[in-house]
Amino acid sequence: MNSGAAISISSLFMASSLVIVSLLFSYFQKLGLEKETLISVGRAIIQLIIVGYILEYVFGQKSPVFTTLLLVFMTFNAAYNAAKRGKRIRNGLLISFVSIAIGATITLSVLLLSGAIQYEPFQIIPIGGMIISNAMIALGLCYRRLTSDFKDKREEVEAKLALGADILPASLEIIRDAIRTGMLPTIDSAKTLGIVALPGMMTGLILAGVSPVMAIRYQIMVTFMMLSTTAIASFIACYLAYRTFFNQRKQLMN
Amino acid sequence: MTLLELQNVSYQSKNKEILKNISLQIDRGDYLSIVGPSGSGKSTFLKLCAHLLSPTEGEIFFKGKDFREYSPLELRRKIAYCAQTPCLFGDTVADNLSFPYLIRKQKVDLARVEALFSSLNLNFEFMKKDVQSLSGGEKQRIVLIRTLLFKPEILLLDEVSSALDVTNTLLVEKVISSLNQTGTTVLWITHDLEQSRKYAHKLLTLDNGKIKAEEVLR
Ligand SMILES: Nc1ncnc2c1ncn2[C@@H]1O[C@H](COP(=O)(O)OP(=O)(O)OP(=O)(O)O)[C@@H](O)[C@H]1O
Ligand SMILES: [Mg+2]
Repeated sequence: MNSGAAISISSLFMASSLVIVSLLFSYFQKLGLEKETLISVGRAIIQLIIVGYILEYVFGQKSPVFTTLLLVFMTFNAAYNAAKRGKRIRNGLLISFVSIAIGATITLSVLLLSGAIQYEPFQIIPIGGMIISNAMIALGLCYRRLTSDFKDKREEVEAKLALGADILPASLEIIRDAIRTGMLPTIDSAKTLGIVALPGMMTGLILAGVSPVMAIRYQIMVTFMMLSTTAIASFIACYLAYRTFFNQRKQLMN
Repeated sequence: MTLLELQNVSYQSKNKEILKNISLQIDRGDYLSIVGPSGSGKSTFLKLCAHLLSPTEGEIFFKGKDFREYSPLELRRKIAYCAQTPCLFGDTVADNLSFPYLIRKQKVDLARVEALFSSLNLNFEFMKKDVQSLSGGEKQRIVLIRTLLFKPEILLLDEVSSALDVTNTLLVEKVISSLNQTGTTVLWITHDLEQSRKYAHKLLTLDNGKIKAEEVLR
């Protein structure tokens, strides 16, 4: 693997002996993980082969319409998963879809306008995937926090309502905490970038032969776009979702 | 003039009937004490009057109009409510006392705050205090002040002196009864039988979600 980019099938085959190490370890230590290990390795190989061919096909399609449809599909899937974390939230799927879509659109537009990336599938799809899945995780955290806070802080919200507050001022602290909860993992991981771990994307670029000094430029861009997308998506989702905890008479529901 | 009226009000929560068929008329300027065993539905009754809950059956009228004809905000700004567990929010006492002004987009009336502080025997220095550092009785008085910053037409109090010593209880009673004398209608839940008869015009006894007795005291 001297020139970077290419890794031959035979060297991959030899690397598979590493799996045997872990199998032997499991066997002699009676960890009972042999079956699990084999299944997960098998799944990883099959899934990655499929994804590899799909991406090869997708990157071959130069049509921007196709790329956009794929982004919409990814956003829908992410929204669906995020909404599962907030079952109590009315229109959770729609709220999640709108917030992720707006967050991703704004971020991608800035990246495109600044010339950092082109609207080419091989750039848009991986970057879109990163920010969309990051936003999905953030929204899941937001919803869980909203749901638990509206339960735990019932007395506080009712005290504010009783003082004559509308539902927004009565919920403001909960909304802020939820947004914060959604954004914190992204902020924390930005803080430790390069110190605790080299991010997967940067590692990949370096392995593929890109110079580390060039790779960090990409990583900085990725960090910026993750931060902006989670911030926008969490903000919109929380402000759209808090209303579900109240009824028409501005009473906190059970 | 009837200010608040309940007609056949029931409240059911998850298959449990908490209040059953309550009918009651409260006149402007009335002072009503509410007593009854624990779990009899007193707090739930007050929450219905504060419009924090809606009856599952029956209607509540304010000045002859159904609650549902008012906007919830308008109603709650005329009917003040102090919950059984004193709940302070934010960081400091000042955060709590500025909130009612903030939501009305008004400047904090410090003179009003100061007057209420002194009427309840609290030092004005309390404004800067961290809410976590307050004693139960201090919390109760701050919450009461927070409720009284704007003079309500109806005042709903749920055991607001339960954590206070004799002296401070007397102060609270004095503040409430002077408000009542200047036209505020008072509904006060208490476990203290002496307190329940002291200033009130009427005594309402709840038992197992029903009105057990309605006694005119003066
Ligand atoms: N949200 C709720 N869900 C289910 N049950 C409830 C709910 N709120 C109150 N209850 C039940 O309704 C009954 C009446 O409660 P409430 O708080 O009104 O009683 P109370 O008379 O104020 O009692 P206490 O003197 O102890 O404060 C209780 O049995 C209580 O367990
Ligand atoms: Mg009670």
